[in-house]
Amino acid sequence: MADDMKKLITDYVKREYLDEDSDQEIDENTPLISSGIVDSFSMVSLKTFLEKKFEIKIPDDKATPQAFDTVNNIIKLVGEFKKGV
Amino acid sequence: MAYSNKAKEFYGTELTGIKNNGLLKEERFIKSPQRANIKVEYPVGSETKEVLNFCANNYLGLSSHPEVIAAAHKGLDERGFGLSSVRFICGTQDIHDELEKKLSEFLKMEDTILFPSCMEANAALFDVTLDKEDAMISDRLVHASIVDGMRLCKAQLFNYKHSNMEHLEEKLQETQSCRFRMIITDGVFSMDGDIAKLDKICDLADKYDAIVMVDDSHSTGFMGKNGRGTHEHCGVMDRVDVITTTLGKAMGGATGGCVSGPKEIVGMCRQRARPYLFSNTVPPAIVAASIKIIDMISKNNERRDKLEANALYFREEIKKRGLDIKEGTHPIVPVMLYNAKLAQNMAKDLYAEGIYVIGFFFPVVAQGQARIRVQISADHEREHLDKAINAFAKVGEKYKILGKKKDEIIAMYGL
Repeated sequence: MADDMKKLITDYVKREYLDEDSDQEIDENTPLISSGIVDSFSMVSLKTFLEKKFEIKIPDDKATPQAFDTVNNIIKLVGEFKKGV
Repeated sequence: MAYSNKAKEFYGTELTGIKNNGLLKEERFIKSPQRANIKVEYPVGSETKEVLNFCANNYLGLSSHPEVIAAAHKGLDERGFGLSSVRFICGTQDIHDELEKKLSEFLKMEDTILFPSCMEANAALFDVTLDKEDAMISDRLVHASIVDGMRLCKAQLFNYKHSNMEHLEEKLQETQSCRFRMIITDGVFSMDGDIAKLDKICDLADKYDAIVMVDDSHSTGFMGKNGRGTHEHCGVMDRVDVITTTLGKAMGGATGGCVSGPKEIVGMCRQRARPYLFSNTVPPAIVAASIKIIDMISKNNERRDKLEANALYFREEIKKRGLDIKEGTHPIVPVMLYNAKLAQNMAKDLYAEGIYVIGFFFPVVAQGQARIRVQISADHEREHLDKAINAFAKVGEKYKILGKKKDEIIAMYGL
């Protein structure tokens, strides 16, 4: 389950934020926000994606750059709001 | 007095952090009018130095043009210094109405409303026209004022990869159930000088029934055959719905901005836009000078054509000398250096050579995309351009980057 989620989020980040010709590798520990791959403005669409996909509501005060900085952090954040993960 | 030591220490630490991270923005004191050659005191306290300015948005070189200054004087003499009022109380003069009509005519839009700046026009537009059941679909590299404007609006926010039309289409498909969709883009993107694909954006807007909004701040006055902006340049004059733009760049460079578009949207701004309702009116001297500028550039394309020729010359020559630039046609010419420290050091050395330019790096541009942004003006003469080109070649030689491409520069200096 956790692996499925990891793949789902990693694939989304690659598709949504990297250019087609990018050779950037992304794994569960790659910094996303602090490295500039996802800027704070674009983070909104990541939050919307997570909320729709996992049928959760992430409060704005929890949607911090730190909480979104790696796929692992995101999985942890989603886990806080989604039962059974 | 409640400004405690705790607060003092907190802000002081924040500022130290900004400085230690190399992100401190310093002001340089200019002791002359804005133009191609300026007198600058930098660092503060040092002797005044004459340098060539290659970092102003003074595209048409009108910031200190004698006819513009004379028109501003006339406005000051005939309509006074300030109006001590917002527009809807007692801050609207006949010349404000005249300027709004002239802007509508120049941009070929139905109606126009003035704002104190384009920042405020962008802060107003989305909040006034869109609500929770609507979607804002924005290019990811839009100007910070648009980002802030969207943050003030309750509509759902989506963004697409920079100038990526497939990604924009995905977002339009995702938002089919929304009441209104607005596609939001800069006409010219300020860091790269690249132009939005407005023809394709308008095609998608037609296909998915979306409103097209363009911030044309880096275009109004000189992009397109008659300088009307990117909608003219891209051949979509009647297909862009709303334009926001500034009078603070090519159009004299003082201040002021506007929303230009359908009379209903402009009407809504006039009734509900908080930055319009609660900010003072644009001062008469600026309004009078702006009217003069529209008259000047409507009658004569000379400055626009000179700017175009200058940009082309600079781009070609700087490439010949081995500098790596972002390709394009716009007077914003990014000289790519990739490494932040290299961009800072080169800008410093260029200043010593009498060329005033600034290095840009993360977070202003993406990580690993550090550059010096050169801005060309119609005020530049050929000898100014040659001096800058020679200085870039000299400083580029010092850092051994001439003829080097991205990978080689990164290999030498890192990201």
